[in-house]
Amino acid sequence: MNKFGYTISRDNQIDYDKVDRSMAAFIEKNEPTFRICIQCGSCAASCSAANFTRFSFRKLCLLIRRGLTDDVQKEVSKCMLCGKCRLVCPRGVNTRNIILNVHQALHKTTVYEL
Amino acid sequence: MNFDVFTLPFSVGLVFIISYFLAMCIQWIRNLSATERLLLVKGIFSFKTFTSIKEVVLESLLHRKIFRVNPLLGYMHMSLAFGWFMLIIMGNLEARAYNPIPIHPPYYPIFFRFFEPDTGTFKYSVFYEFLMDFLLLFILSGVSLAYFKRFRSMALGMKRTSKLKSWDKWALAALWMIFPLRLLAESFTSGIYESGGFLTGTLGRFFAEFLPVEYLAYPAWWAYSIALGTFFISLPFSRYMHIPTEIVLIFFRNYGIRSSEKINGFADIEVKSCSRCGICIDVCQMSSSLNQQNTQSVYFLRSVRDRSMTKSLADQCMECGRCSQICPVGIDLNTQRYLARRRVHEEFRSDFSYLPDLQTRKTDVIFFAGCMGHLTPSVIHSMKKVLDHAGIRYWFMDEDGSICCGRPLKLAGKAEEAAQLMKKNRAAILASGGTTFVTSCPICLKTFTEDYDLKQMRLYHHSQYLLKLWFEGKIQLEKQMQKAVYHDPCELGRGLGIYDEPRELIQRMMILKEPENTGENALCCGGSLAHQEMSSVQRRKIAFDAAAKLTIDHPDYLVTACPSCKKTFQQASPVEVKDVAELVYAAIQDRGRKTALKSREIAAAEAN
Repeated sequence: MNKFGYTISRDNQIDYDKVDRSMAAFIEKNEPTFRICIQCGSCAASCSAANFTRFSFRKLCLLIRRGLTDDVQKEVSKCMLCGKCRLVCPRGVNTRNIILNVHQALHKTTVYEL
Repeated sequence: MNFDVFTLPFSVGLVFIISYFLAMCIQWIRNLSATERLLLVKGIFSFKTFTSIKEVVLESLLHRKIFRVNPLLGYMHMSLAFGWFMLIIMGNLEARAYNPIPIHPPYYPIFFRFFEPDTGTFKYSVFYEFLMDFLLLFILSGVSLAYFKRFRSMALGMKRTSKLKSWDKWALAALWMIFPLRLLAESFTSGIYESGGFLTGTLGRFFAEFLPVEYLAYPAWWAYSIALGTFFISLPFSRYMHIPTEIVLIFFRNYGIRSSEKINGFADIEVKSCSRCGICIDVCQMSSSLNQQNTQSVYFLRSVRDRSMTKSLADQCMECGRCSQICPVGIDLNTQRYLARRRVHEEFRSDFSYLPDLQTRKTDVIFFAGCMGHLTPSVIHSMKKVLDHAGIRYWFMDEDGSICCGRPLKLAGKAEEAAQLMKKNRAAILASGGTTFVTSCPICLKTFTEDYDLKQMRLYHHSQYLLKLWFEGKIQLEKQMQKAVYHDPCELGRGLGIYDEPRELIQRMMILKEPENTGENALCCGGSLAHQEMSSVQRRKIAFDAAAKLTIDHPDYLVTACPSCKKTFQQASPVEVKDVAELVYAAIQDRGRKTALKSREIAAAEAN
């Protein structure tokens, strides 16, 4: 059958009652400022890595909340840890510690500790 | 041969500690890499051995560096270390002079008074008698200062001393008992035989009047021996392991061996050399500003030694270097943190395959603003204007955003991930064929100097480069009657040893005032990239405290040379914060304005 270039997009529904909250909970425990992010995007605007590729710390936070661990893994490895986002954040979110904790959490998921 | 059963605790302890120490030495040497072992062999037969011996005398015995912190504290440490050392040496000489047989059992000189209670007169006997008593008194003065320090440490210049764990307390109790017990034992014996020097003899006669000294002497010798034995046996498990280890440390360090990735080689020597004196606690701004007293280097090293180090403990340090600066043992504490972070962040994996090869431009001078530099656009603007004014043809390497220099990743212990970034940057720098590399960011400069292997290039911090331009006459500066205080950024000052150039530059433009904490003792602004867990509130507290101390004399400007410091101080300083580059640009503008005004005046006068 000719689809004329159209495809059926992947089901992208996120049911917040059913998502895997383990990583978000782990990060909230270790870096409580994860909660106070207002998703303003200052971090994404100043990001050194975003200059070269599609990467956004704000999006990363969203993916963590949605429990999309695979996507988080792909995204977080792009961070250069330069710390610009930390300085521009109007809420004082400790972005670098969140990144470090994401790495910890990912490791814990692979060894079934989380 | 002289022997008594009470010498056993001492002898057992001595044999134990000597064999333990030798085993440790063998392990340390075995864990050195091949190149390090070569350094060791080369070093032993060189002049460095003599420098090391000198350093051992000055630091391990006389504790010169602690004298600099506080004379009374230095005296306390010196009397114990140097006094005890002299007591052993002189005791041996005395025993040899009295009883000239080739080899004494090791306990003989230690318990000399017990075995030879009434020596009568032999060659120089009066001298030895006096000297041994004098040395004992010297040590006891130190011990009483140590007792006193437990209750009022402030009198010895320490606001806070280190909190001890049970093994340390055990060893400390033994150490505190050794010398009073020796005094009692010698006094009782002297009391029986009516011998002894000015101290033991007098005390002995005094005790003999109302105490049954003939029954007390033997138990006192037992107690003295047990105290010594206990101290020796607790040595490997307590902080006092630093006594033998520090000597090894000094020799190895002078031979050029440094802490490397391997944690059980030289790094282990450093860990065991920490005497937990606690001098690092007071200088740490997390203690003075945030009232946090469990993350300082002393506790961190202890946790490494106990194998109880946690991620949190490894991460909670600004790596400002103030503790390394003051550490009397000279342990490279920042490297220790780095090694610990390597272990706790092992699971961290980065993938920088998305990075393109950077565009490069043939040029002689490269300017690199760095990530932090991009957050202070006024510094970049000033630098561009000044370089244009001086007629420098340069390539602004990261004008459209930079690849991070890699230092922040390295501070988190990820040297391999950082290397990926460094490779990209290095390729672009080398391809440009430049000979001069100027950066605004001390954090970047540190890593460019240490990790990038750019030997064919001269690396400058912008303050150094601007001073060079001034010396070459490419920029002119005029002195104004404004007061400025200069804040040494940690990475620029303690990190790279650049103290004078920014000061010289400021002095050409303003009156430079030196704050109390300056140069090597400069404070950290709190904006450190090394501390991974500090909250913004804590960060601001440190910045406020540091800014308040720096601006106590109400200068017109708080000048710094690091974009991160500038950004942090901007929120905390009561006076305007400026970067050196901004001052230079302002001075040039000012001069330009004056010249323009003058030429206009001349033109007007001519027209009239």
